[in-house]
Amino acid sequence: MPDLIQALQLSAPEATLAVGGLVLLMVGAFAGEKSARLVSTLSVLLLVAATALVVTGPLGRAFNGAYVADPLAVFGKAVIFLSSAVAIVLGDGWMKRQRIARFEYPILIVLASAGMGMMASSGDLISLYIGIELHSLALYVLAAFHRDDLRASEAGLKYFVLGALSSGLLLYGASLIYGFTGSMRFEDIAAYAAANPSTGLIFGLVFLICGLAFKVSAAPFHMWTPDVYEGAPTPVVALFATAPKVAAMVLIARTLEGAFAGSHDQWSQVLILISLISFAVGAFGGLVQKDIQRLLAYSSIANIGYALLGIAAGTTLGVQAMLLFMTLYVVDQFGFFAILLSLSRNGRPIRTIQDLAGLRKERPVTTLALTVLSLSVLGMPPLSGFWGKWAVFGAAAEAGYWMVGAAGLVASVVAGFYYLRIIKVMWFDPAPEQAPTDRAPLEAKTIAWGCAAFSFPLVIVGLTWLEPWAAAAAVGYGVG
Amino acid sequence: MLQGIAFYVLAAVTVIGGLLVVTARNPVHSVLWLILTFFSAAGLFVLLGAEFLAMLLVVVYVGAVAVLFLFVVMMLDVDFVRLREGFAKYLPLAVIVAGVLLAEMVMISLVVAQGGAAAASTGPATPNPDATNVEALGRVLYTDYVYIFQAAGIVLLIAMIGAIVLTLRHKPNVKRQDVGRQVGRDRNKAMEIKSVPTGTGVKPEDLV
Repeated sequence: MPDLIQALQLSAPEATLAVGGLVLLMVGAFAGEKSARLVSTLSVLLLVAATALVVTGPLGRAFNGAYVADPLAVFGKAVIFLSSAVAIVLGDGWMKRQRIARFEYPILIVLASAGMGMMASSGDLISLYIGIELHSLALYVLAAFHRDDLRASEAGLKYFVLGALSSGLLLYGASLIYGFTGSMRFEDIAAYAAANPSTGLIFGLVFLICGLAFKVSAAPFHMWTPDVYEGAPTPVVALFATAPKVAAMVLIARTLEGAFAGSHDQWSQVLILISLISFAVGAFGGLVQKDIQRLLAYSSIANIGYALLGIAAGTTLGVQAMLLFMTLYVVDQFGFFAILLSLSRNGRPIRTIQDLAGLRKERPVTTLALTVLSLSVLGMPPLSGFWGKWAVFGAAAEAGYWMVGAAGLVASVVAGFYYLRIIKVMWFDPAPEQAPTDRAPLEAKTIAWGCAAFSFPLVIVGLTWLEPWAAAAAVGYGVG
Repeated sequence: MLQGIAFYVLAAVTVIGGLLVVTARNPVHSVLWLILTFFSAAGLFVLLGAEFLAMLLVVVYVGAVAVLFLFVVMMLDVDFVRLREGFAKYLPLAVIVAGVLLAEMVMISLVVAQGGAAAASTGPATPNPDATNVEALGRVLYTDYVYIFQAAGIVLLIAMIGAIVLTLRHKPNVKRQDVGRQVGRDRNKAMEIKSVPTGTGVKPEDLV
């Protein structure tokens, strides 16, 4: 019994989200559709409360090692829960304007966050799998949330079918690993793998990596990304680009460096290959895109390549670089999507890069914010994106992968073309005859400007506490 | 001896049934073969001493899942002959994939047979002779795996919320039966006597 109480204390953030989600479901079911605003507000509060529980909660292991609360999980979950809260804030107003506001939107995000929390602190193969399914299932539904929109339905269906396929790969890998090691717990797997390395185990590991690479949309498992980014509702895409990616990256770091630390030589090759393909696909695929959301999809593929490179280094510094990179990337992404949500003409959202022409005169501050964010994702010093890439390339070079880092730099330069094109169209292209932009919704505008301000100059201040925190998270995992 | 015979008969039926599921021309027959496969797999569970799982397999898979399949197969207007058109074309690829899977399964079985896999862990827990199947399963589910068990419950809940979000439409003009209102009606509410002047007749709008 004391065991159970201790376990519940450790897993309080996820438990709060799950129970809170159920309560909010009841509130929504009884109060009807008009309660969407109320449920959204309460969901945001719930996620903030869960973040507070994560940061202040005890560290340790619970449920036979299936749940691990360590600094890595704390860092990951704080980023994940806060990102989900921002996605709810962005989505609430947008859904209302599109007349598809429903109280299930925040609830699905809350339950998905519980799943992402499980992923970030999973200590064995079952909790890894259940966490992934918990968040993916909610995300499939969210992708198709705008159900009368043909493209949203297509996005949801595509994501679901390919997601099921990747779950199959992941489960097959997990069953192979279990078959060869006789245990699901990462610790036991690590102990066994160190003593008896076998080809079969590596086989299972490769399948597992493939399944996880799908979830972070790393090439060559990226086929779903452009279509889902283009079709799904914009605030949902803002969520896709942030919280689930962080959860999956933390999970990859934990699985590979926790359970398979001894097989670093094998899995680092796989990760480097995935990184290189992601660089290429992300950089060259983005060149021909006209739709901004599709462009951001390719940009995310390339960026995931950088983050994976950090893990591939296999060092503490690499994990720290990955965490830093992902956090800064999440802020940039929210800035991008908030700007997309705040721009519309005659109620029709701006979708293509060419629609941005002439924005300089109409919306000077937003133009400036989008410029800062573009330069940041491009990796221009001293903006936030630069520091993330700096950390990742530094870790890769230190581990001896400087050739791959150089390839990443080349990809950055190629990708620079499409970020610079956004800037060029906004500042220098003449405005065609068109309806003026609508008044920007307050929440999207605030988030967009806030994220841009973080990209520069607040990042300099932010890094002074973000970096030590990421370092502590990378050093102290598995504690307890 | 008897157990051995039972195992080989059941295993053979399972494999042949599975093969016929994919090769049967008529999809309804496929589902029927699937039911046979489930039944023989349930028999294999009984041989292992897992009676509860065997019953679950029959009740859940045969009783619910397979019947659902039958409904879907019979109600959806899918041209199964056209679906099978590429069968011969994709057969070589399918054989390769199946071959790889088979090789891996054999590999794992060999490792397990050599005791390699069991060396890392304590191996499967020895069954408690006093506890029944259900009791043993329940104890593990609600103690060691309570976290996973509850999380799996939430996964199912999300599936339900998702189905409702994506399909439920509130139609304001649908007439629903309201028993309370029907019973509460009396003659005064339901009828009205109007006096009609002789020779003019009744216009439709007067009646509403």
